[in-house]
Formats: sequence, C-alpha cells, structure tokens
Amino acid sequence: MKNFVAKSAVALVVGLSLALWAGGPAAAQTETPQTGGILNFVVGSKIPSYDAHMESTFGMIHPIRPFYSLLIRVNPDNPQSPTDFVCDLCDGDVPTATNNGLTYAFKIRQDVKFHNGEPLTAADIKATFDKIVFPPEGVPSTRKAFFSSVDSITVPDTYTVVFNLKYASGAFIPALAAPYNFVYSKKDLDTYGYAWHQTNINGSGAFTFVEHKPGAYVEGKKYANFHVKGRPYLDGFKAISAPKMAVRLQAIRGGRAGIEFRGFPPKARDDLVAALGDKIVVQESDWNCALQFLPNLRRKPFDDVRVRRALTLAVDRREGSKYLSQIAIVKTVGGIVFPNHPLAATEEELEQIAGYWPSIEKSRTEARRLLKEAGAEGLEFVLTNRGVDQPYRVVGTWLIDQWKKVGLKVTQNVLPSPAFYDAVRKKHDFDVTVYFNCQSIVNPLADVSGYQSDDIAGNNYAGYQDREMDKLFDAMNRSNDPAEQRRIMRAYEKRALDDQAYQLITLWWYKINPHRSYVKGWKIAPSHYLNQALDNIWLDKSLM
Amino acid sequence: MYRYIIKRLLLTIPTLFGAAVLVFVLMRMVPGDVCEVRMAGFGAFADQEAIDICRENLGLNNPWLWAWPWWDSQFGQVMWGYLTLDLGKSMWTGQPITHEIGLRFQLSLQVAFMATAVAILIAIPLGTISAVKQDTWIDYCVRTFSIAGIAMPSFWLGIMIILGLLITTQAWSGTPWMPPIVYVSPFEDLAGNLSQLIWPAVATGYRYSAVATRMTRSALLEVLREDYVRTARAKGLLERVIINRHALKNAMLPVITIFGIEFAFLIGGLVVTEQVFNLNGLGKLFVESVLTNDFTLTQQLVMLVVVIFVFMNFVVDIFYAWLDPRIRYA
Repeated sequence: MKNFVAKSAVALVVGLSLALWAGGPAAAQTETPQTGGILNFVVGSKIPSYDAHMESTFGMIHPIRPFYSLLIRVNPDNPQSPTDFVCDLCDGDVPTATNNGLTYAFKIRQDVKFHNGEPLTAADIKATFDKIVFPPEGVPSTRKAFFSSVDSITVPDTYTVVFNLKYASGAFIPALAAPYNFVYSKKDLDTYGYAWHQTNINGSGAFTFVEHKPGAYVEGKKYANFHVKGRPYLDGFKAISAPKMAVRLQAIRGGRAGIEFRGFPPKARDDLVAALGDKIVVQESDWNCALQFLPNLRRKPFDDVRVRRALTLAVDRREGSKYLSQIAIVKTVGGIVFPNHPLAATEEELEQIAGYWPSIEKSRTEARRLLKEAGAEGLEFVLTNRGVDQPYRVVGTWLIDQWKKVGLKVTQNVLPSPAFYDAVRKKHDFDVTVYFNCQSIVNPLADVSGYQSDDIAGNNYAGYQDREMDKLFDAMNRSNDPAEQRRIMRAYEKRALDDQAYQLITLWWYKINPHRSYVKGWKIAPSHYLNQALDNIWLDKSLM
Repeated sequence: MYRYIIKRLLLTIPTLFGAAVLVFVLMRMVPGDVCEVRMAGFGAFADQEAIDICRENLGLNNPWLWAWPWWDSQFGQVMWGYLTLDLGKSMWTGQPITHEIGLRFQLSLQVAFMATAVAILIAIPLGTISAVKQDTWIDYCVRTFSIAGIAMPSFWLGIMIILGLLITTQAWSGTPWMPPIVYVSPFEDLAGNLSQLIWPAVATGYRYSAVATRMTRSALLEVLREDYVRTARAKGLLERVIINRHALKNAMLPVITIFGIEFAFLIGGLVVTEQVFNLNGLGKLFVESVLTNDFTLTQQLVMLVVVIFVFMNFVVDIFYAWLDPRIRYA
C-alpha cells in the first residue's frame, strides 16, 4: 500500500510537470528573461577535438557549440518542428531556392565579429563550407556526403554567399542547419591550417572560450558583441564532464548542475521528481534515433527474405512500447522516417507494413509459416548487442523474448563498444545485430541513406546490394516536390522494412530531460545535438 | 646499502621492458579502433574516407612490429618514445600524454595520500588495540569493523556516502547537498578541495585500513610472543614501552608492504571510485582510454602504474633494509 501511494505520488508529480511543460510555451511568453548567472550543466561524453567538421560526439557539441555560430539553425523557439529553420549568420529569412531549385543565395549579417575582433564575411562562410564539402586531401570531413548535391560555393560580394547545386535536393537546407557546421574564420584557416581548430577556438557564438580542463570542464563567458542583441542572457556556463549517469543525476539533485542535455531514462526522471518536486521540470520529446536490428545477409539463413520477414513479424512493437517506455529511453512506433516529420508514415500507412500489422497474432502466425517454409523452424542464432544498458541491452533482451514466441532460440552476445563496432562494421561478424541510426538534424532524405546498397552507403552493415533501393533513393533525393518525395519514400520504406526486410526498426528513442526549474528558455529538440547554442537560456533567480 | 639500492634499481629495467612489450601486444589484440569510436560511434553517419584519413593520421595503418626504418612500426615508435622520453599523443584528444596525465596526477596523488592517512590513522591504533586486547569484546568489535571494510567494495560505500549526504542534508535543511564534482587545487581553495576529496578518501581508506588492521593485529600478536618481548617484560618495562618501542616496530614489516602496495594501487587503480565521485583522476582516464580504444594513452597509463608499483616495491625494499639490517647484509 505504501509502495502504491509512493508510486501514485510520483506519477502525479510527473503528470503535473508534464502538464506544466505542455503549457510551457504559453507560460514562457509571459515571463521576462533575467540576465546574469552561470549555468552549470553535466555532459556524459568527453571531447575528442574542438573541430566539429570532423567529430560526431555530443561530448564535443554540448560544451563547444556555444562558442560558434552557424549559417542557419533549427528555430530555438520551435525546435520540435523538423522543418522550421531560421537564420543565424544570414540576414532575414532562410532563402528559398531559385534557378529551378539549383541556387541558394544567402545574405550575411554585417554586424558579426569573431571573438578575436575580426569581422565575419561571406568569405568565412565559403571557406568553412569548402572545408566541409570539398576538403583538401588528408583533411577529414565526416559529413561530406550530406552535401553531395553541392556543385560550387561562390562569393559574389562581401556579404553574399551562393551555393550552386548539381541537382535540386530537399536534403540541402536541413544539412546546412546541422549543428556541426561551425563557421570558422578564413584567416584562421589560411594562417594556421586545417588542423588548427582541433585544438583552438575562435568563433562568433554567444560565448567566448575561457578554459578547458580535459576530463573536468569547459568554461565560457558571455560574448559582449554577440550579433543577437540582448543575448546571451547568461554571464557564462560551465560544462562539467561526468561520464557516469548516476553522477549526472545526483549532480542535478544535489544542486551541482542545473541540467543535462542528452536525456535520462524514465526511472531517473521519476526519482528526481520524487526527490525535488516542483524544483524539477520535465521536458520530453521523440528522439531522432531509431533503434534497429539488422540481419546479416551475408550469412545463411538470413539471406532468405522469408526468415528476415519472420524476424520482423514476430515483434510486437505497440505492446513493447507500452512496457519498454517505462524502463528505457524508447517509446515511439515508427517506420524509417522520424515519426513527426511530414515524410513519415501515418499510422494507416504503417499498418500496411509487416511487423506493424494491427493484429500481432496474425503477424506471428505468418512468421511461423514463413519460418516453416524456409526450413528455419526453431532457428538458433546470436543477437550481437552493444554493452550499454540504455536502450541497447534492455531492448535486446525484449527482442529475444519476442522471437521466442515464434519458436526462435536466440542468445545475446553483448560486446563493449569498440569490439561491437569492430564486429559489426569492419568484420561483419554477426548473425543479427542491434544497431542504431541517430542523427542530429532531422533530415530524412539523408538519414535514410543507409538503406541503399552497401557498395554505395558506407553505413549499410546488413550487407546487401539492391539497385531498386538505390534507384528509389536517388529519385527521392533529386525530387524537389514534397508530394513526390513522400510517395517515393513510402515505396522505399515498404521495400526496406517489408518486401525485403533488410534493416528493421524496433522503436524510436524517447528523450527525457528533467532539469532544475530555474533553468528557463531552453526547449527540448528531437535530438541531443540541437538547440545547444545556449543563447536563449536564462536563470530564474527566484527559483534558485 | 648503496650496492643494495643500485642492484634493486637495475632490476627495474627488465621489469619495465617486459611490461611495455606485454602491454603493447595486449592492446593490439583488443578489437576495434579509436577512429571508428570517435567518428562513427554515436550512430550518426560518418564518411568512410574521413575514418580512413583519421587512421592514416594516427599511424594505425603502420605495421605493428616491423617496418623500414624500424622506428616507423608501431612498436618501434613506442620504444623510440621511451628512449627519448616522448610518451606521444592521445589518439582521442591529440594532446600530449604527459599533459593528459599531468592534469590528473595531482588529484590521484592527493587522494592516495589522504586515503593512506585515513588508513594509517585507523589501522595502526585499532590493530594494536585488537592484538593487545585479544579475544575481548574490544577485539571482536575491531575485527567485525575490519571484516566489514574488506567485504564492502569502496565504490559501493562511495555511492552510499553520496546518497546519505543527499538524503540527510535534504531532511535537515530542505536542500540536498552533494560533494563538489569539479576538482579545485588545495592551494586555490583548501575547504573546497577537502569537501570534495574527503569522501573518496574515507571510502577507499576504510577498505584499505581494514586489510592493514588485520595485518597489524596478526603481526603484533606474533611479535608479542617472541622471547625478547618476554625478556623486556621480565626486566619490568612498562607495557606501553614494550608495545611502542619493541613490538610495534618489528611488527611493521608486513604492514609496510601492505601500505606500499595499496598506495601504488590507489594512484592508478581507483577506476570505479573515481567514477562514483566524478574525480578527474588517473583511474577515470584509464577507463575512458580503454572505452575509446586510445591505445597510446592506455599503454602509457599502464606503464605509469607499472613504474609506480616498481617504485613502491623499491621503496618498501629500502624500508625493509632500514628496519631490519639482516636484510641489507644478506
């Protein structure tokens, strides 16, 4: 009874917090931001280098992004929208394409200065994107492929930069808004070379760099000449490195940090709310991370589409979502596109895909039939998984139980991360593996590139070549008509998840950010890489 | 004595070389590489060409053992680095390893000293009392206390300490408090420094003291039965003088070994406790370097621990020789 009362109290407080958050935007409009104060936040991953053009970890984005500006960014006041982009260094609205979708001309703000006092011009934007899109030999650019549509970048005058595309592409603008596209000074690149930004910082963001104690913290202070007038509100920030989740949680509870931007599992949220009540606000969101399972098509019997279809048909995603969302950072049932995007399948469209049928009994009967037909009844195989609890091991254990219901005998091989990548990506040594597709910006046309053949997409680890998939992807990427893109995406998705069952989705991740109620102005985005400029965050001193 | 010291020092050279070779081979047998983890380890797309460039830049494509010239091989580079006292750069951060280690060494050393001080303060008096009051209720209490210390992992005790602080301070003042999670040097802010490090020092010092308490007790019990102690008693010396001047000094040999080994372990071995208290020490760096497959950093950290152990063994040997002249003349 005591337990029931405690759980009810937690549920009530969580509910109230969520209700408060739901009314957040309206409430926030009536609040006047206060200036001053230092925001302490905790980060669960460590910094490799400061060069965002080559790194991919949020451990670099969270502490370093506040020092830099982007050409365009996700609207910080509406980050939930996957299609709302606003100018950061460009002037006015994000330009629309001209010349049949082949030309984007950006007017650059004339009031921006780098932290070293040099003015920022279109030449800096060009130098930055030349480094990203056309890196010189020996210079790594991790997301170069996202700009495959770009033909050239030109600077007709000091404050105009023009991107000329080879073909019109709906993936271009979202790719441009990715948080990794820090704008560097051309002078720095020319003077110090392309490796200088790995260990040095000179941006034009809301904060200037103060200190980095490796493994401990990164400190920034307010940039007085920041180009958005009145911003930032904070005097500074301290990004504290804390790899253990328990420490990050306790840091918020014990007042050592106000927020952690990546996210906590449901239990951690409940514990924080139970301990601190109204001193905690919870923001929740769908997360642009799909947790997948990939059969290895290089191995028998997974080269047989009947076996692969049986694997997906056996999984009850809707029921799983109900239970798993209480213990793990997964929740949303979806196809290959981020669920809230206009290109995503509707519920009716999903129900047509194997593994998403409304009746799980019908699905599992079909799975058993297919396994029998393929001579794979009672098949035994190993599920390779990453040695990280949230959400990999939790969902991996659940998957095994789902497959058991159609007579499959599965054991789980949990590997530490480096060994996991080695087995899956380099050696292709697995039967079926849990995998993940986590992207920063919601850019479905780029995010689903990994479903192409493995000789085209470097991130297809299932090991197949399917020219039909490649053709569909290419047509979708080159289409500038949203309706046509959507139609092709459905065919692409149906082939990937149902007809060929190449790379299957379990559930989409779910982001939960409980934070101290005095942290105001930050809005949760569908990715832990987004909305990290910190210029819109302020501290409510009456609640501290 | 000098010959003894020089002989011990020369013996450390083959020990260090053997350890270097062993660590090098073991690290290369671990699957995966730092570029995969760094550029594609977060589920996001990473261009294969970028990963290949990263490997090339870090020398991961070089042969392991043999190349021409020889120092272009990975092993050759490591060995050449030792000869020229250049430990190389971290594959993850690109920073010099001496810089990465230097940043953390002060904290680890301070925790090791504080935990050792806690252990000495607990172990020597309790072990002595327990031996002197053998089989009384005091002895039973001390033994229970020390067995609990051995049985309880220090990281678990650490978690309990933090939770205890959070809960009690919230109940007491309404605002939960936890120790600072960012290190400050004692020379900048002594109070802040101690409020962070006293808790891990207590958590690890308690376990450390438990082993030393039991060792002190058993060593002292053995010495107290020696003929020269009986002779001292027959001479009418005070029991306090017998214990302090005659028995305890001779009982310290095994206890010093324990303190030496534990001190060396504390500098690089607090891998879990440092995580629990978010201490930016060598143990945490060790875990991170292994998780990111940062071969060069892991190699040098292991070598550092080996050097510390060899050095502490050397110091213990010298202490032995100082405490017991029979050893140095043997």
